[in-house]
Amino acid sequence: MKQILIISGKGGTGKTSLTAAITRLYDDIVVADCDVDAPDLHILLKPDIKERSVFKGGKLADIDPEKCTECGKCTEVCQFGAITEDFTVKKFSCEGCGVCVWNCPFDAITMYQKESGEYYISEIENGIMLHALLNPGEENSGKLVTGVKQKALTFAEKRNVEFMLIDGPPGIGCPVISSLSGVDLAVIVTEPTKSGIHDLERVLKAANHFGVQSKVVINKSDLNPENTEKIKGYLDKEDIEVLAEIPFSSRFIEALKQAKTIVDFTPDGIESQCIREIKSKLDKLI
Amino acid sequence: MKKIAVASGKGGTGKTTVSLLLTLIASKKYKVQLVDCDVENPNCHIFLGSFPIKKEKIGVFYPVINLEKCSFCKKCQEVCEYNCLLVLDDNVLFFPELCHPCKGCLFVCPEGAIDEGKREVGDICWFRESDNIYFNYAVMDVGEARANPLIEELKKNLENDVDLIIFDSPPGANCPMVQAVNDSDYVILVTEPTPFGLYDLKIAWSVVNKLGIPAGIVINRDEGEDKIITDFSSQENIPVILKIPFSLEFARLYSEGVIKADFFPDIEEKMFNIIESI
Amino acid sequence: MKIAVTSTGGSLNAQVAPNFGRCAYFIIVNSEDMKFEPISNPGTGMMGGAGPAAARLINDRDCKVLLTGSVGPNAQSALKQFDIEVVTGVSGTVKEAVDNYLETQK
Repeated sequence: MKQILIISGKGGTGKTSLTAAITRLYDDIVVADCDVDAPDLHILLKPDIKERSVFKGGKLADIDPEKCTECGKCTEVCQFGAITEDFTVKKFSCEGCGVCVWNCPFDAITMYQKESGEYYISEIENGIMLHALLNPGEENSGKLVTGVKQKALTFAEKRNVEFMLIDGPPGIGCPVISSLSGVDLAVIVTEPTKSGIHDLERVLKAANHFGVQSKVVINKSDLNPENTEKIKGYLDKEDIEVLAEIPFSSRFIEALKQAKTIVDFTPDGIESQCIREIKSKLDKLI
Repeated sequence: MKKIAVASGKGGTGKTTVSLLLTLIASKKYKVQLVDCDVENPNCHIFLGSFPIKKEKIGVFYPVINLEKCSFCKKCQEVCEYNCLLVLDDNVLFFPELCHPCKGCLFVCPEGAIDEGKREVGDICWFRESDNIYFNYAVMDVGEARANPLIEELKKNLENDVDLIIFDSPPGANCPMVQAVNDSDYVILVTEPTPFGLYDLKIAWSVVNKLGIPAGIVINRDEGEDKIITDFSSQENIPVILKIPFSLEFARLYSEGVIKADFFPDIEEKMFNIIESI
Repeated sequence: MKIAVTSTGGSLNAQVAPNFGRCAYFIIVNSEDMKFEPISNPGTGMMGGAGPAAARLINDRDCKVLLTGSVGPNAQSALKQFDIEVVTGVSGTVKEAVDNYLETQK
């Protein structure tokens, strides 16, 4: 079984549309949506939720006003400015380190584990989908990403599927690092814009840093052919394979507006041919 | 001084575009500072040919263990919620990327065997684009996990003599986004008229609403037939303050790293209305 | 000798868990008499660094070998410090994993 992560660095390059379309081409697959703060894959794959579980994320400090003498020790030791002037805890700032608990002379502070989101085990037409939703504003999305991937892996092994696809988060920080861990290949979706190239280089470095091999899809490739050539030249130098170039097409947006994947919306279109080309290249990994 | 954050749940909806348009237009009347808070993948600098003023490294605390003084009592290991210290019989391992620099180990060590070290996690840069535009961005080193120290550093470096500060927020709706929009006077939520755009707009709005900051919606790549975003806007009573039409020509310019403030002539007045209504 | 196996359940017939730090259980098997002890992994609830913490846990239980699907880089360096032999890419049931491992040692 191969774990394939689809990421992009820059948001909005078409990660989710691509993940959904590739998913549709398999008879049996396990797919995980690891973009847990803004998960969109369910819009296209329409999973039927079979099981929901609460995700216990980070810890939070809680000050007991009965015991608190307002001595100010906690404010002094807290590195995250999470304690207000009137000695309550700012939920969005507290990182749950517990330094205030250890240093409070009056044992007035305790830590509790908060419910930070939910994750779901769902059925899709051709397999299993794992997804989650982080409560808005929470930290620790990396941990939720790990949880979703772990569940997905268990299903992937049980069902004996050839591929597990992971729709990754944007950026290069904590949730991306968690998504990269243990995958066999990162498929990076980019676009021929200066911002796209800038972010592609950073996400490639991140994948490389964590020892993950990468291949690239250039989406909206004819938007700026010169930049597309630049990307290809750069990837050639780095010895990274281009899986496909998908031309700019308003049909992706039209399909999305109907909540359909591109391969369902226009099965014979050039866009769908590109998706099948990617699939056949991925199949060679097995 | 007014502070406006430009945010969106979904990536790639046009936060940077809106931040830059707002900056360029506002600077016709006001002194503006643009702060790119998307430290994982900052993009604003690609579009500004700014004059660089200075660049500094951003460092965060890390424990330097003095093995001569260490009694291997494991107190530091016990206090660390992130398991970034591993005390062996005659050595202490430190895992830098797990560390949230809480200094718990430093405070708890009974031997005084921990010194404060500084570990570099990225850079912060200052630019002057024109008389009326200050611009800052920070960029996180590849391999680092936490964006927060960099956003914090950006927020420590706000100009005093400007009329308007614009924060280009990172995508998503978790801690870095909260940190970027927190303490602004107004949030512009940028979205696109698709089901993805709507779903992520709802998530971003719930964060902004929780923080108690007023917000308005910008619909980017509008093709004049949107219903889903406007429906949500009237349901939740958040105004749609601007629609930016879809334009392939604009997208091509964007791909070259070019943003023209006067490309869409009728948005200037609306942008000033937004600024002046805050 | 004690062998730690990451597992999705609390018995010898449970599946080997694919990850180390955040697996549900560790099954600690004594290779002499095949007696086992399941330990629920506290790492599933940790805020970070579950890998190094798990390495510490199995070291505290005197395990000399770890059988699992995969191990992260931090856990890897911790396990190395503890001199624990690491076998990755393991799947199937816990019992099969231990049997296969012992077979290779003959």
